[in-house]
Amino acid sequence: MLLTKSVATFGRYLMLMRRTFSRPERMRMFFKQYIKEMSQQGVDSIGIVLLISFFIGAVICIQIKLNIESPWMPKFVTGYTTREIMLLEFSSSIMCLILAGKVGSNIASEIGTMRVTQQIDALEIMGVNSANYLILPKVLGMMTMMPVLVCFSIFSGFVGAYATAVIGHIITIDDLTLGLQHEFNEWYVWMGFIKSVFFAFVITSVSAFYGYTVEGGSVEVGKASTNSVVSSSVLILFSDVLLTQLLS
Amino acid sequence: MIEVKSLYKSFEDKEVLKDINSVFENGKTNLIIGQSGSGKTVLMKCIVGLFRPTGGEVLYDGRDLVTMNKQEWKMLRREMGMIFQSAALFDSMTVLENVMFPLDMFSRDNYADRVKRARFCLDRVNLLEAQQKYPDEISGGMQKRVAIARAIALNPKYLFCDEPNSGLDPKTSLVIDELIHDITVEFNMTTIINTHDMNSVMGIGENILYIYEGRKEWQGSKDQIMSSTNERLNSFIFASDLFRKVKEANK
Ligand SMILES: Nc1ncnc2c1ncn2[C@@H]1O[C@H](COP(=O)(O)OP(=O)(O)OP(=O)(O)O)[C@@H](O)[C@H]1O
Ligand SMILES: [Mg+2]
Repeated sequence: MLLTKSVATFGRYLMLMRRTFSRPERMRMFFKQYIKEMSQQGVDSIGIVLLISFFIGAVICIQIKLNIESPWMPKFVTGYTTREIMLLEFSSSIMCLILAGKVGSNIASEIGTMRVTQQIDALEIMGVNSANYLILPKVLGMMTMMPVLVCFSIFSGFVGAYATAVIGHIITIDDLTLGLQHEFNEWYVWMGFIKSVFFAFVITSVSAFYGYTVEGGSVEVGKASTNSVVSSSVLILFSDVLLTQLLS
Repeated sequence: MIEVKSLYKSFEDKEVLKDINSVFENGKTNLIIGQSGSGKTVLMKCIVGLFRPTGGEVLYDGRDLVTMNKQEWKMLRREMGMIFQSAALFDSMTVLENVMFPLDMFSRDNYADRVKRARFCLDRVNLLEAQQKYPDEISGGMQKRVAIARAIALNPKYLFCDEPNSGLDPKTSLVIDELIHDITVEFNMTTIINTHDMNSVMGIGENILYIYEGRKEWQGSKDQIMSSTNERLNSFIFASDLFRKVKEANK
């Protein structure tokens, strides 16, 4: 029962995606929406990304320096571990998980409201492919902005780590720098980008699906918004395991 | 002209529309009336193609909507304008942008011409001064008028209105009704209006289709409705005290 239901839902999701990924009616209108979405979903998220990453970077640094480091470990361990955690997991995956809450609920409730107030019907009557017009700019916009957000996150995490050195004096700046530069592997950055682009697709398309298929009133819009966050978070966690295994 | 031939529509096992036959002529305001839940909205959605009928034909000047291919369907939709019960304006756009939206999407004109056309439509509904406002900054009646302006922006041949004056006071309703009627005559459109407002029926009902529990019960004009002997129609129309008194005074 549950299985057939999930398969049916997945099928409807694929059908919606097929309508979404077609050539836009008017390129001019598409680019207008695309730019708008990049600013609304991406640029407006920079603040929260910087804030969270700064503190996580600082906390990782403190935890490792004060709680894990022992005399027989080399001095670069703190910086090295901070860097690897930020690059490999936090800035790409956990950050996307946090953004699933912000961006996902925003998209689901926006599209859901358009559905219940018949704005989507109005688009369809005009002969506009509403899925394409509404969803494609959001998906592509977020996929474009996500790697940028990852960059900001990594950078801000490092700033946080340095802050513990400069303000907290728990580690010397030289030790930290040494650790951050120790055996740097460029592929890890690319891996973060690839994962984040994939997660951006998951967040936007799943929450757009939940919003687009709302039936009823404002209560259902609220439910759709919650469901979209839960589903995209779970999907991110699952695919994180697969992608990490695949890309390592 | 829109023709509906033996139209059926059911949801799962619930039959909502049963054997509807009717002709809606152009240059006339065609009204669909009936009790709440009788299937007016479903009928309109079948006619505009938001629902697929279970059986029957919907002919737009002879072209059958049900068997049409995708390209013909796309062209036909550009000839349709619709005003929804809730106005359904895009709330992230200003009034002017709302009216310009169909033009931006489909018209080949340059920007200046598109603005000119949108201004003309807004002027036609007397809302030129509100063009920079957002939908939530204007009243319900004004929203409906913007919806009318948006619906006529592309010069449609067919205009559909689902309860255009629900939630409006009698005076504003009258303005909306007259606007729709005038536009219909002016541009020779085929207009179909869903309503349960008896004032509209008496005001602009040139061709009235009465639906009772999904069946066509009666069809005629507003002049014939007063003298009709159909039991169900009479009990529907003269449910209001006012109209009963009017009828008695007429005798
Ligand atoms: N999508 C749907 N799925 C199942 N049943 C539906 C659906 N839409 C409408 N119905 C049913 O069809 C019947 C007619 O509904 P409809 O909305 O056409 O009524 P109406 O005449 O427009 O009423 P009102 O004047 O209140 O708007 C109702 O009994 C309703 O339950
Ligand atoms: Mg209705």
